[in-house]
Amino acid sequence: MSKDIIVKKGLDINLVGDAEKTLDISKHSKFHSVYPEDFHGVYPKLTVKVNDNVNAGDVLFYDKNDEEVKFVSPVSGKISEIKRGERRKVISIDILADKNIQYKNLGELDSKASKGKIIEYLLSSGLWPFIKQRPYDVIADHKVSPKAIFVSGFSSAPLSADLDFISKDYQDKIQTAIDVLSKLTDGEIHMSIRKNSDSTLSSLKNITTHNVSGPHPAGNVGTLINKVSPINKGEVAWTIALQDLILIGSVIESGKFSSERIVALVGSSIDNPRYIKTTIGSEMSTILGKGIKDNSRIISGNVLTGKQSSINGHLDYYSNTITAIAEGNDYDLFGWTRPIFDKISTSRALTFSWLLPNKKFDLNTNTNGEHRAFVLTGSYEKVFPLDIFPMRILKACMYNDLAEMEVLGMYEVAPEDFALTEFICVSKQPHQEIIRKGLDEMKKELG
Amino acid sequence: MDIKSSLHQIKEKFKGNKFAPAFNAFHTFLYTPNDVTKGGTHIKAADDLKRTMNMVILSLVPCLLFGIFNAGYQHYAAIDAANGVIREVSLFGNFINWENFILGAIKVIPLVVVSYVVGLTVEFIFAVIKGHEVEEGYLVTGMLVPLIVPVDLPLWMLAVAVIFGVVIGKEVFGGTGMNILNPALTIRAFLFFAYPTWMSGDKVWVHGAVERMGTPEAISGETILGSYAQNQEIMYSLYDMFIGFIPGSVGETSKILIIFGALFLIFTKIGSWRIMLSTILGALFMGLIFNQVIDFGLITETSKFYGLMSVPYWEHLLIGSILFGAVFMATDPVTAAQTLKGKWIYGFFIGFISIMIRVFNPAYPEGVFLAILLMNVFAPTIDHYVVEANVKNRLNRLKIKSS
Repeated sequence: MSKDIIVKKGLDINLVGDAEKTLDISKHSKFHSVYPEDFHGVYPKLTVKVNDNVNAGDVLFYDKNDEEVKFVSPVSGKISEIKRGERRKVISIDILADKNIQYKNLGELDSKASKGKIIEYLLSSGLWPFIKQRPYDVIADHKVSPKAIFVSGFSSAPLSADLDFISKDYQDKIQTAIDVLSKLTDGEIHMSIRKNSDSTLSSLKNITTHNVSGPHPAGNVGTLINKVSPINKGEVAWTIALQDLILIGSVIESGKFSSERIVALVGSSIDNPRYIKTTIGSEMSTILGKGIKDNSRIISGNVLTGKQSSINGHLDYYSNTITAIAEGNDYDLFGWTRPIFDKISTSRALTFSWLLPNKKFDLNTNTNGEHRAFVLTGSYEKVFPLDIFPMRILKACMYNDLAEMEVLGMYEVAPEDFALTEFICVSKQPHQEIIRKGLDEMKKELG
Repeated sequence: MDIKSSLHQIKEKFKGNKFAPAFNAFHTFLYTPNDVTKGGTHIKAADDLKRTMNMVILSLVPCLLFGIFNAGYQHYAAIDAANGVIREVSLFGNFINWENFILGAIKVIPLVVVSYVVGLTVEFIFAVIKGHEVEEGYLVTGMLVPLIVPVDLPLWMLAVAVIFGVVIGKEVFGGTGMNILNPALTIRAFLFFAYPTWMSGDKVWVHGAVERMGTPEAISGETILGSYAQNQEIMYSLYDMFIGFIPGSVGETSKILIIFGALFLIFTKIGSWRIMLSTILGALFMGLIFNQVIDFGLITETSKFYGLMSVPYWEHLLIGSILFGAVFMATDPVTAAQTLKGKWIYGFFIGFISIMIRVFNPAYPEGVFLAILLMNVFAPTIDHYVVEANVKNRLNRLKIKSS
């Protein structure tokens, strides 16, 4: 079954450095690291010590708030270091990885397994963290049954991995995951697919596909939810990224926690943008190799929502893209008034990107101006397809009015939904951070 | 060492210092800073608030230049008129010439300078006290203020009004982005109520009219609105009104240049065409109602309202400051309605009320600034009801589900 969704509001950001559709195999990364911070809202309680030997799939830590949610090692090897920060907060767990990975046997999942058994399996095998929920955009609560599960089958964000390319050889694994997960919801599993694309995902069964057309954020899962079945107070929906479906499917089929992942290496600072097969937690320096320009920012994720990393960082648990773009740490003479041809703008204020709709831009990380109070109105709405007043909800978050946040639609949103409004904001306000803090506050106060 | 790196070193030295915002305010006018994104999106669009505000200023420059020439022209024209000499205006003959420019510049440039120096000083002081960067909001306000006052306004009055407007109209609410009332109009309102003899009447609109009052060289300083309000004959053609060869506040007489400014703001996507259009529609609608009242004979020539009520509804756009208000004042994003639907309602009422005040308050026959200030106050209410509809939809969605 498939339905059409047309997204009218949004903005496609064309950047230099899209990945060529060739697949390399990454060299073996000597060290792997897991950062508990990748899992928002999780308070890690370690179950390993330095010098312990672990297999891939062995538990590294669990969540103090919900001890059944386990986080497992992506590789086998020896725990070489546990880095801690202020108040002994765990920063990272570093593993000296074996060349030949040893797997913990996670057992098989009976095809007729009950709902309870499936949840238990996903929790104990370390797969649960891949299931996220809305409201609050955090790891799903396994005690609550979702009204539906949403998966984005294409990405519209600038320079992000082509989901068709990374999934085309794994259709059976995705199908396995879908078959299992569909038992966990009373509703359906919804997947968005780019309209008029010949995506292999459209042949999946046990799933409702939606043909989506329009500019970014058409591919965001938040857009799909809003158009299909917006979340009301008291409802829960789950979201899973496509690459994580592949991983879930492969673990269920093999009983081994195989953290293999195809990642797009993109951005103007990468000499040879391409796809590479690596493992979660691998070192950036190993994945990227030598072909990186100086004075670059390395991002685990895409340019809008990714996390700032560095050549000493590691691929995080959720990303399917590594981006490298130039740092913009230089001054621009009369940058506030001279005509601009080489940057993207949604206005025409002596900015001329509107004349160059097909140009690929080489943007750097400069803020192009300083932080200011909210002044302009009406511009966010043009890139924001959800039926929500973006500036209202941002302001409600800033002054922490929970009642107002609730009625304005806070249950429906995630920080990534505000990436485009943040990108075009002339006041350079941190929209995603504001929404993240608002969601955290709501979760704390209202559960 | 080049300028860029020496300025960079000064900036680093002043970091955390109380006066850093003051230095940065100047530094950032030369160089867009070397700040990089941190958290959130790693790339940003090209526009910042400086660029945005600069576009508004650019759109006002033609009005300012025209205002300078017009200040000179009206002065000499009034003298001619007082001597019984009939003048035929010609753009490149007796309008754009050095004589007019020099006289106009002597009168107008000090207004601009006082407005900016006083206003920005207040902004700098607040930025330093509160430890935030200097916001760009005043750059536009400072340009608008000299354009909406009579040419002979004493500079000290302007200075007092600017201090009042920026402190009471803006900073006490929390600075740029937080104010309820349009700062430029707050300044004008202060002048209007504190010094009414300098802000209204039949003398203040032409340079020299006040000081020559009661002398043999007395000249008229009356606007078209004033003439209408007193049911007098109008001496100006529609062409004069459209091009702007009429007495009035410094920068708001030239309708054609205001329209150019409006088109520029709409093209650059900075001004809200919804507010501009709806304001004009509101004004036309009110004008039309008054015309009907005249047509039905409810008001006759003996009434003191007859003069302004009988103005053809579309001519209201050519006289007074309705067009300037619609384009440059009503569209201030901070004080206007912020929702798309709200903007239509907000603008319509500005136009509607402007013409109502204009007709019914002939002692001070211009109501645009009062109408805008009034709607500034109601803008949050309008937005509230627009947003409420969205909230209701959301709650209904839940009800349908659970029933």
